[in-house]
Amino acid sequence: MAKQYEIKAKWLPYFLVLPQMIIVFIFFFWPSAQAILQSFYLQDPFGGKTIFVGLSNYIALFTNPDSDYLYSFIISIVFALSITLLSMTVSLFLAVQAHKKIHFTTFYKTMLTWPYAVATLVAGVIWLFMFNPNVGVIAWILKHNFGIPWDYLLNFQHAFILLTLAASWKQLAYNFVFFMAGLQSVPETLVEAAIIDGASPIRRFWQIIFGLLAPTTFYLLVMNLVFGFFETFPIVHGITAGGPGKSTSILVYKVWRDGVVNLDLGGSSAQSVILMILVIGLTVLQFRFIERRITY
Amino acid sequence: MREFSKVRRLITHFYLWIGIAIIIFPIYFIFSASSHTSAEILSAPMPLNIGPYLLENYKRALFEGTKNLGTPVFIMIKNSFIMAMGISIGKIIISLLAAFAIVFFDFPLRKFCFWSIFITLMLPVEVRIMPTYKVISDLGMLNTYSGLIMPMIVSATAVFLFRQFFLTVPREIVEASQIDGSSPMQFFGRILVPMSRTPIAALFVIQFIYGWNQYLWPLLITTKQEYFTLLIGINRMMTGADVNIEWQIVMATTLLALIPPVIVVVLMQKQFIAGMTETEK
Repeated sequence: MAKQYEIKAKWLPYFLVLPQMIIVFIFFFWPSAQAILQSFYLQDPFGGKTIFVGLSNYIALFTNPDSDYLYSFIISIVFALSITLLSMTVSLFLAVQAHKKIHFTTFYKTMLTWPYAVATLVAGVIWLFMFNPNVGVIAWILKHNFGIPWDYLLNFQHAFILLTLAASWKQLAYNFVFFMAGLQSVPETLVEAAIIDGASPIRRFWQIIFGLLAPTTFYLLVMNLVFGFFETFPIVHGITAGGPGKSTSILVYKVWRDGVVNLDLGGSSAQSVILMILVIGLTVLQFRFIERRITY
Repeated sequence: MREFSKVRRLITHFYLWIGIAIIIFPIYFIFSASSHTSAEILSAPMPLNIGPYLLENYKRALFEGTKNLGTPVFIMIKNSFIMAMGISIGKIIISLLAAFAIVFFDFPLRKFCFWSIFITLMLPVEVRIMPTYKVISDLGMLNTYSGLIMPMIVSATAVFLFRQFFLTVPREIVEASQIDGSSPMQFFGRILVPMSRTPIAALFVIQFIYGWNQYLWPLLITTKQEYFTLLIGINRMMTGADVNIEWQIVMATTLLALIPPVIVVVLMQKQFIAGMTETEK
């Protein structure tokens, strides 16, 4: 930690950090420790009794045929990857277009930025409404013009596509803002040099701009995966509730459902701990990247 | 230049308009739905014009709510607003204080505090749902505003942002204020906080949106309707069979949930971009 200026005071700094530390301990450290502890115990649903069971909550997650944990893991990864790929591709394309020297760029940038403010649940509700088999306009068009009997409540593929579209749509603005910022830091002289050398626009993009955007792209890759993994709960809860069956029950939805609805404390805690490890991994990845960016 | 020929430019505009359409059309659908009657929406395909029931639907949503959820939406707007303001202001205050302590004072537990705050980055609500719920219920904070707000106001990113900013404050200013005989808190209140207006504004925009859009947390700890936030209310209005859902009211409520954070982003766009590209990293 770099030293600024040390003001002399004995107790004041403790009072200053106290509010933050109290909340950190009560609402973060204590519950997290509880989650780790509970993951080693089995709760008796009829009484307050708990039995130490070691790793069996974890083992049950992966071996118990009713737990569907592995499936949930795989579907979460596929879901997060689909969102990342779809959303980042579209955003990068739009950012490159909006970065060109044309009129009305301020207008375009504003129009593509403001959806950042749309809540994840609201994005879910909007897409649900368009694709609802009874009232949705798109669902109606799919059925009457294309002969597709669209029903995301019965068909897993439909459900998965709808969730992916809603979540990617929600992420568009976020990615757009960061790609715009990245593009603005690409030195114009480099691009001009390439123009003089006669490089085609497509080659210029892939060989110069895309390379210089790599730090932004990598950062967004991590952030989109985090979003897909951890922040899509509202969309799943609002649109499919994990269905049809348990086919779209991603990890964060499952941990909530097993804990809050099924009251399986041990199993839910074990899932929490696994998620914690995942978050730690992703955070480390993110900070590695920041360190590298500084030495760039 | 050849490459910026008219055709190329038109194509660029065309692509951007497609992008805007992807964003606007879904929102237009819900706006249109909020101006029709339930029967019109259910008789698929729904009409796509702006119907005559716009004001009526919003009035009903705001002051009556849907039949299956008798809570008027204005109460939910109030709750969402209290939660968003509480989270953003609370976060700014406790982060300013913590960053002030960490940057300007040397005390034995400084590193410990810094790392404790840092670790919270790795403990989102999702990974500690049940035990946090239990803490809240043990403290009697279910269905209270403090329960909605307090666990959300810890923020490692906010502390880092202020720390980063405080580190750029020249030593001379601190020394001068000490020579003038002002106490540490006077220095904080009269010099440091006013100097930090830009990062405070940036953080406020990001955190207001974050607070307004919280979903999992209020879903866990609010069971009484008078504490429902807008997003929880929307979800509750949609439970039940499709035919019983009053879509026009749900859509009006959805639009009402969407407007406040959008206004904040549009009005404070500069601070928003700065806040996003600086706090999130």
